[in-house]
Amino acid sequence: MVKDQEFLKLKASYCLDLAKKMGATDASVTVGHSISETVNFRNKSLEASDRSDGLALSIETYLGKRRSSISSSNLLDENIKTLIEKCFETTKITPEDEFNSLPDKNLLAKQISNLNLYDETRFENDKKIKYLKDLEEAASSDNQIINTESSFTENKSNFILANSDGFCDGYKTSSFTTSCVTVAKDENSMERDYEFSSKRHLSDIKQASDLGNKAAEQTIRKLSPNKIGSDKISIIFDKRISKGMLSVFASAISASAIARGTSFLKDKIDQQVFANSINVIDKPDRIKGMGSQNFDSEGVNSNTLRLIENGILKNYLVDTYNGKKLNLQSNGRSGGTTNLYFENGNISYEDLLKKNSKSLYITETIGHGSNLVTGDYSVGATGFLVEDGEFKYPVNEITIAGNFKDMFKNITLANDLEFEYSVNSPTMMIEGMTVAGK
Amino acid sequence: MSNFFNKSDLTRQDADKLVSETLNNCDDGELYLEESKSESILLDDNKIKSSNYSSDLGFGFRAISNEVVAYSYSNEISKDSLKNSSENLKSTLKSIKGTYNHEIPKSNKKFYKDVNPIEQKTLDSKLEVLNKVNEFLRKKDESVKQVTASFAGEQKSIEIIRSGGESLTDIRPLIRFNVSVMLEKNGRKETGVYGIGGRQSYDDYLKNDNWKNVCEEAFRIASVNLESKPAPAGEMKVVLGPGWPAILIHEAIGHGLEGDFNRKKTSAFHNLMGEKVASEGVTIVDDGTIDNRRGSLTIDDEGTPTERTVLIENGILKNFMQDRHNARLMNTRSTGSGRRENYRHIVLPRMRNTMMLSGNQTQDEMIKSVDKGIFAVSFGGGQVDITSGKFVFNCTEAYEINNGQIGSPIKGATLIGDGPSILKEVSMVGNDMMLDPGIGTCGKAGQGVPVGVAQPSILIDKMTVGGTKL
Repeated sequence: MVKDQEFLKLKASYCLDLAKKMGATDASVTVGHSISETVNFRNKSLEASDRSDGLALSIETYLGKRRSSISSSNLLDENIKTLIEKCFETTKITPEDEFNSLPDKNLLAKQISNLNLYDETRFENDKKIKYLKDLEEAASSDNQIINTESSFTENKSNFILANSDGFCDGYKTSSFTTSCVTVAKDENSMERDYEFSSKRHLSDIKQASDLGNKAAEQTIRKLSPNKIGSDKISIIFDKRISKGMLSVFASAISASAIARGTSFLKDKIDQQVFANSINVIDKPDRIKGMGSQNFDSEGVNSNTLRLIENGILKNYLVDTYNGKKLNLQSNGRSGGTTNLYFENGNISYEDLLKKNSKSLYITETIGHGSNLVTGDYSVGATGFLVEDGEFKYPVNEITIAGNFKDMFKNITLANDLEFEYSVNSPTMMIEGMTVAGK
Repeated sequence: MSNFFNKSDLTRQDADKLVSETLNNCDDGELYLEESKSESILLDDNKIKSSNYSSDLGFGFRAISNEVVAYSYSNEISKDSLKNSSENLKSTLKSIKGTYNHEIPKSNKKFYKDVNPIEQKTLDSKLEVLNKVNEFLRKKDESVKQVTASFAGEQKSIEIIRSGGESLTDIRPLIRFNVSVMLEKNGRKETGVYGIGGRQSYDDYLKNDNWKNVCEEAFRIASVNLESKPAPAGEMKVVLGPGWPAILIHEAIGHGLEGDFNRKKTSAFHNLMGEKVASEGVTIVDDGTIDNRRGSLTIDDEGTPTERTVLIENGILKNFMQDRHNARLMNTRSTGSGRRENYRHIVLPRMRNTMMLSGNQTQDEMIKSVDKGIFAVSFGGGQVDITSGKFVFNCTEAYEINNGQIGSPIKGATLIGDGPSILKEVSMVGNDMMLDPGIGTCGKAGQGVPVGVAQPSILIDKMTVGGTKL
């Protein structure tokens, strides 16, 4: 069983008391406990089981404007004492930084609403095994599939965040995650693809056979790919890739990147950064949301933010430290976005495919080709050539490149948004990018 | 050496007994105990931004029978906790019986000293170096707009207890020093990053004001990029510089030669053993035995002494990298490549220091031979799709080559290629093999482990460059 609130609160207050006793002017502490059980399958039989049980503690101590931190997995009182001593000794010799402080008291979360993030259902390993059997049975039904690997992970976590201004709160969360990776082979090639589902509640997880079928179908259609010539061509990003554009956007508007001057979106508040049909929203209080939270990692209350309105940048993601630096109030985004999404566009998926006589539909990208300072983007890609709305043939060993500043202004979104993950996007088309191939 | 048995009610005798009892009817497995102490100190935006110390202690208990691996970890080292784990393993493997393999090779060689780098340099003197870096770079040129510098240090102690009570231990130091600088000129911003490190004390890397060289290199890379033009798009010849660009080999070839993917036949290389996979003259080894290198290990995380494994010899595929589990199932021996990020993770076959050995041509000859292509000197990260064999890496410093001459610097572009065929496109191998500066971390299945790479300059006849200029 995951440790209860009482146990964690006791540890947290022990830490705060000790830090205060040693002379810290302020302190904050997070204590968490997490239990995970995973079962792995390969080719329809059990391959591995994995159980993890972990406590974690992190403490920040302040001496005026001096601050340092420690973290540990060893929660024995004696060890905590040694660590806090060490932390406070380090704090004393760390230089002052005028922006160091606990969050403003009046911004701290006051009410915890029940977002239904915890499902106490136990899904025993025998049941996980049954689920994975069904999943792989479906995934391997086509004889072009030569390998299937799948897993089911059940996680239960609990945490307490406390600080010396009296904040002390936390809550339990759960997640159930299942995934399937399949390998298909024909006379020309061997390809891999995947499908997964991750939910707060067990009953929301996709049906095993649906997940297996989807993974297999997505893999088989990639067989016998072609390389295409270098070209400027309109690019359609499958939902699982288009949401990555939002993650890049979120990194570029984090207060830390803005304060350091290392973002291509610095000084762009109230300016047009996306096409004017685009709206981006971050909503922390979604019921059962994978990214939902009652407060951020500093205890600050977080409300829904409209980050982009009609293409115009309205907010950065602000935490206490960088907020003070930028003269902005924290908006409860220490730790980043919560449930981030693009609002739907006004064209159907089918019409998006047909919009140009020829487009490239991207289902996977590889590499770390996003430069947040310059906005330059260049990654390896896999996908399909689409002509007159029809998928013609699979394409691989190409790269796609552009600059986010231009790409964001040339986005057209379909109206097929679904809330599957913590970051969600409809299918996306971007015109004017360069494909490098043959 | 950490004594894992003086902090709780668990005695060594209890542990030995429980390990033997649990693993008796299994093919393999062990109790892995780990204690790590680590620190990170970061200067950013003219200030010491963070100073973090972390201590971690825990065990991972593993039992293997046939193809099934049961694993359980906890950060509570106690009688109860170990018993719980044991029950958990037994219940997973209840219907599968094995025969324990007690054999494990021994060696007295050590490839680094038992130092604790964190304690060998005072916090004050670390802060002093970081402040000097900041001052030095900001004074150097008015285009310097942002400086980030960091120290990361770690000491990890491990003990492996096998069935029958055999115990194997290792103490592993690791440090890294990193500098990143952002320049702004005429409205353009570019970054340059450089770092050094390995399994010694900080001062072994910082003597003679060596931090200045790290600053100069980061500044040089950023300056070059300020002048960069859009990169070309399409297939062309590529000359790779020596050292760090060997992450091409790590991505293109290395991952595909790890035992697990080949046992499962999901690697593009699984049916190519003994076949020609590279041009003549190309020899690649994976070596865990080079003194003080980031990827070196005295023993791997299963207790096997590491070695120098020849992967490709003169173009022919010779060996895969193996941990004990995959080696047993493939009827071969472990190459000392079983690694894990920490006790929270299962062991996988991984790379250590992956190196292409020198040939006899010069970089000059390579560049002169190219009419139109690019010269890539440094890279950010890379990634590979093991199954299709396609891999990418991102240039952080590259130039165009026109008519045998190095031309303007070009913007960071991704290069993409096909693992099983790329080494057949290598038409020249340089005489200038160099090790990387000690900065690599390899990710696989969510686990990061420190690795090294090395190579001479090489000429690749055909690769796709992912620029924007058609």
